[in-house]
This record gives sequence, C-alpha cells and structure tokens, in this order.
Amino acid sequence: MVNKSDIEKNEELVDRDGFGPSTVQDEVVLELKNLQTNFTTKFGTVKACDGVSYSVKKGETLGVVGESGSGKSVTALSIMRLIQSPPGEITGGEVILNGRNILELSEKEMTKVRGGEISMILQDPMQALNPVFDINNQVGEAIGIHQKVRGKTRWNKVVEALRKVRIPAPEMRAKDYPHQLSGGMRQRVVGAIGISSNPSVIIADEPTTSLDVTIQAAYLRLLKQIQSETGTAIVFITHDFGIVAKMCDRVAVMYAGRIVEMADVREIFNNPLHEYTKALIGSVPRLEEKTGRLPQIEGQPPLLYNLPPGDAFAPRSPLKFDEKDALIRPELVEVKKDHFVQLSRCSVADFDKYKDKVSY
Amino acid sequence: MTTEEKKDYSNVGSAIGCSNDGDPIIQVRNVRKWYQVNKAIPFFGKVDWLKAVDDVSFDVRAGKTIGLVGESGCGKTTTAKMVLGLENPSADGEAEVGEIFFQGENINELTTAGKREMRRSVQAVFQDPWSSLNPRMRVNTIISEPLEINTTMTKQERDTRAGDLLAEVGLNPYQGNLYPHEFSGGQRQRIGIARALALNPKLIVLDEPVSALDVSIRAQIMNLLVDLQNEHDLAYILIAHNLATVRYMCHRTAVMYLGVVQEYGDTEEIFAQPTHLYTNALISAALPSHPDIERDEIVLPGEVVSPVNPPDGDVFMTRTPLPVRKNHKFTKERPPLVEVGKDHYVVETPWSTVTGHDLSELKLSVDQEMKSVDQEMK
Repeated sequence: MVNKSDIEKNEELVDRDGFGPSTVQDEVVLELKNLQTNFTTKFGTVKACDGVSYSVKKGETLGVVGESGSGKSVTALSIMRLIQSPPGEITGGEVILNGRNILELSEKEMTKVRGGEISMILQDPMQALNPVFDINNQVGEAIGIHQKVRGKTRWNKVVEALRKVRIPAPEMRAKDYPHQLSGGMRQRVVGAIGISSNPSVIIADEPTTSLDVTIQAAYLRLLKQIQSETGTAIVFITHDFGIVAKMCDRVAVMYAGRIVEMADVREIFNNPLHEYTKALIGSVPRLEEKTGRLPQIEGQPPLLYNLPPGDAFAPRSPLKFDEKDALIRPELVEVKKDHFVQLSRCSVADFDKYKDKVSY
Repeated sequence: MTTEEKKDYSNVGSAIGCSNDGDPIIQVRNVRKWYQVNKAIPFFGKVDWLKAVDDVSFDVRAGKTIGLVGESGCGKTTTAKMVLGLENPSADGEAEVGEIFFQGENINELTTAGKREMRRSVQAVFQDPWSSLNPRMRVNTIISEPLEINTTMTKQERDTRAGDLLAEVGLNPYQGNLYPHEFSGGQRQRIGIARALALNPKLIVLDEPVSALDVSIRAQIMNLLVDLQNEHDLAYILIAHNLATVRYMCHRTAVMYLGVVQEYGDTEEIFAQPTHLYTNALISAALPSHPDIERDEIVLPGEVVSPVNPPDGDVFMTRTPLPVRKNHKFTKERPPLVEVGKDHYVVETPWSTVTGHDLSELKLSVDQEMKSVDQEMK
C-alpha cells in the first residue's frame, strides 16, 4: 500500500538532482526487443549481447551499468549497427527507433540514421577525433552529410553546434586542431558532432572516464542542459554508479550480456534486489562519511565464451544456494511496477517473495 | 624485528603542519620543481618558468597514508617523482630548491649504501597496469627482478619469494609462469603491488592505483592495500583525484593547486570542514553516492590555468569566482598556510576560503560560466 504522503514525498524528490525538473516525456523513441549479438572466436561463440530488451523515452536518460565485458558497449554498437562482421553478427531481435525496425534497413538508409537520428559520443576524445583535420572539418562533415549544406551555411551551423556545447570563442576554436584543445574541450567537440543533427537518441559510451572530476561535473551538467533544450533521449553507458546517481532517470544493470535488473534510479538505490546490483552500489567508498571496510565482489567477471549454463552470477554470489538452482537460466521478471529483476535463487535474496512469478 | 638505532632528525628544517614526531620516513621541506621553458634572449627577454611544484612540505610516517589531491597538472605526480628520486628539486638561481629527507638524512647527501637503502625502501605502484608491466617477461621474472638486483638470493630463493608475494596479493603462486596479457586489469594491478612489495619497502608511492580499474575491482584493490598497510606497517603516498578514495584510504590529505598546497591536514578534519574554495569545488564536483544527495555546486570558471609563469601572489587568484582585491598584499606575495583547526591548515586570503561566504552565491549556471570564460578569452 502506498499512502498519499509517500506520493507527495516522491514528487518532491524529482527535482533533487540539482538539474531542474525531470525532462522525461511519454513517447518512446528507442526500443530494444530481445537483441542478440554473437561473435565467433577460436574459443567458441561469444554471446556478448544475449537477449537485451530496454526502451528509452523522449527526454529520458537511461543508465546502462556493468563491468568491462558485460556487453554494454556491444549492445550500443549493435543499435548503431557498427558491429564488425565477421566476427560479429546480430542474430536476432529488433531495434525500434521512432517506430521502425532499423535492423531491417539497407546500409544506405542506415547511413542516414546513423549520426542523424541516433548518434554516439565515444569514450576517448583523442581517438574519436582525427588529428590531421581541424574542428570545422570534423564537425562540418556530419552536418554536411545529414543536412546537405555547404559553404557559409555549413560554417554557421558548425559555430552554432560548438556554441551549443559551450565552447568559448567558437569562431576561433573551429579553426583549431584537436591537439590545441584540452581534454574537456575535445570531449565537447565530440559532443558537438553528436548533437549537430538534432538526434532523437544520443548514446554516450563512458564519455567522462578520461576527464578530471571538475571537468567531468561540467560535462555532465552540459549534457543535461542540452537534453532539457532539445528533448533528446540519452543512453548513458558507464561502470560508475556515481554518474548514474547524478545523471540517470532509469537504470539497467548488465552482467554477462544480459540485463539482471532494471528500475527507476531511486528504486535501484533504495531497494536493489539482485546481489550484483547491491554489490556494485556497496563497493564504492562514500564521500559523505568515513566508510568502514568496503564490501567487495569476489572473483572476476566471467569469460563470455565459457559462461556457466544457468545463472552467470552464481559463482560470485554471496548467497547460499543449491547447485542445481545455478543451472536454471533465470528470466527477467517485472516484480513491481517498472522494476525488473532476473529472478534466480542464487542471486536474489528475496526470491521466495516473488516465486509465483516464475515457473521454476 | 631488529632494533634500529635512533634516527637523527636534527638536520630537518621545520615547516607548518610538519614535525619530527613519530620518526617520519620521508620528510619533504619547501620543495620546488621549476622547469625552464625557453632560453632568455640576451639583454631582452626573460626566462619563462613552468612551476610544477612550488614550495611543498609534508611528512610521511610508517603505517599512515598521505593523499595528494588535485586536478591534472597540479604537480602531484612531480612531487611523487621527487620523493622516488626520479627528479631532483630545481628552481632558478634565487629561489630555494628545498630538501627531501629520508629518515632524517638529506637524500642528496646520502652515501652510496644509504642511497641503495633508500631505493629499496621506497617503491611505486603505477596507474596503468597495462603499460607498467613488461609484456615479454613472465610474472615471476617481473616480481623477482628487484630481488635479483638488490639481494644475493639464489634463483630458487627468488622464485619461492615471488610465489609467496603472489599469494600475499591474492593470486595463485602457479600463475607466476604466465605472461601479463593473460591477466585482467585488477590482477595486473595485484602483480604491480607484489613487485613493489618484493624488497620489504617502508613507503610505497601509489599513483592513481585504482582509477584505470572497473569500479567493482577498485574495492578489491583498495581493501588489499589497506590490509597490506596494516600487516607491514607500510607508509603510502596516494595520488588521486577521486575524493571518495582519498577519504577511504588516507590519514592525511594535501589538496594541491598549480604546484602549491592549498589545504593540508588530517583527512577527517578537512572533510568535516572543507575551508578552501578549491577543496569545496572538488567536493561539489565529486559524484554522489545516492540520487537524493544534493551538493552546493561550486563552479570554478574555466579550466586549470597553465603553470607557466603563475602569479607571484596567491596562485588561486586567477581561478576564484570571488572578487580579488587589486592592492591586497597577497596579489604580490605568496600567502602562507594558516592553522584554522586542530591539525588543519589552509592558505587564507579574502578570495580563497569559504569563511564568511554563502555557498549558494557561488552557484553558477552553465551559461554564466560560458560568459565568464568568453570574457576571459577576449
């Protein structure tokens, strides 16, 4: 039962991240349905993305969290259809962007979508930018392809895009080369390329890992500001729950190519159900108080070509369970409204509470 | 345990916030590292100096961790390099270069044997576990290399010791026959730690030991470092820009900006009452551990200023959002650290501390920030 004061309290909470009111709207812009991507390697088939389903609404920020090798980047690359084939192959599922399945588009049509309707901000700005071309050339390339403009118009649009990402003196900066900019400024240029064609979805793949804390804070603030101006949906890929707490409206936690838990950001922090989510949140030292000994997740992330048959997290789970329970492949179940958990006896402590939702 | 003779600390100079109590292992006193960027044109130009480290002092004691925090380019790594003896303090002819003492002795005046002992006792663990291990050496060879150079152990003894060290950092001794590429990031960092431990050091310099690792692995490495410290009474110098890591691991903290320590003292004192504006800005920029945590956001306009020819006065005056009084004496003269609380020292000028200011005044929107940067550019 939820009483009225609780609801009011929750509404108050919406505006507490310091970024102003929530920008989430009802319209779903991107939906993944059971997306599967496999890689063929000499060790066997790697299911890097194993039936991932999530959706992002207009103006919403979805955080995709997981360790390295959990398949979060492969999922993003599959959405962009940038998986190199061979060895990779999208073997099933649908990616529905603004009402149509982009996996069925031809390569030519896809080129228009990529960078136009959906764009990506990569982790390392030094690798994302070409050192031998100036900023104007690189931002302008995307604008030229998608908006079919040239000359003076294109130049104006480049300057406008740079101004949007708050690069000081954009007319001067547009003539600079990447090495003349600082790390934070370079990442802003990458952001300018991303937003130049007003995409409906931006996929940000750990855009702040290589930045200093102060620059990181400024960059996150900027992304939020752009989002509130344009209503873009953002898929934010990260391994840091701090960024999730600051940026995201909803969170999907990935482990070994599958989503293990997905819910609203406050629900995830206040009421995590999966042991992996709990461990990820708990293993970060707090700034607000002196932390005692940190709880740590034992062991290493699993090798994707050699996954345990059932629950992939079972070998690292701190819970006690039966060997045979670990062999059951768990399903992602909606246990509460908008709170999805991969229900497994091995890695969900409250399994018995939700037992009737699954057949095992 | 062998009883060591009492060390003589009488040569060590004094500095605010530092003392000879508790037999410090390393004492850094007023150290400067200036790099000359160009040559002066005779009779005309003047020499430009990049002041990477300018007048830094601190003590490192057994069993304790000191954290050096700041943005990139604030001189924390250069300081650590000088402690390791990889760089020598330097300045132009007029300024004092400062001194570093190892157990009471100036490291530039050590005998050959003394130098050897110091190099054995001071080790380092680096940020990037992918580039700090030689890919063509087996793990055993990597770990026993310092033993081969510094001890008279036989090959067999060295291999046994390498196996013991691997076990100590949580790896399996048989993994010593593997190559670094066969390990994950966290395991490689463990190998790096094992190598640093090989010679039973007294001090380990940790240069961002966890920032290249996954968040879930960070906890493992931080816990390992804390355990090793308790077990061997190790001293650490931790270089970090993540304040949560600093609060978790460090007993003392020095917040640096443009080569100058701005706030120094007991970690808990600093976090309980962060006084310098720069410390507050770093704290406000740190990521929250829960979505409901709201911090007063203090935005410093622009990015880190170039350390070439910093102002003669307070280095922070070119970055502060508060108004700087033109004729104040600290625009010409370097302000000293002042004691503001128990074991808590801050550089105090009218524009660099939060005392007497309402933090919400200092909140800036992105557009305001841009305008101020725009003006600066013009």
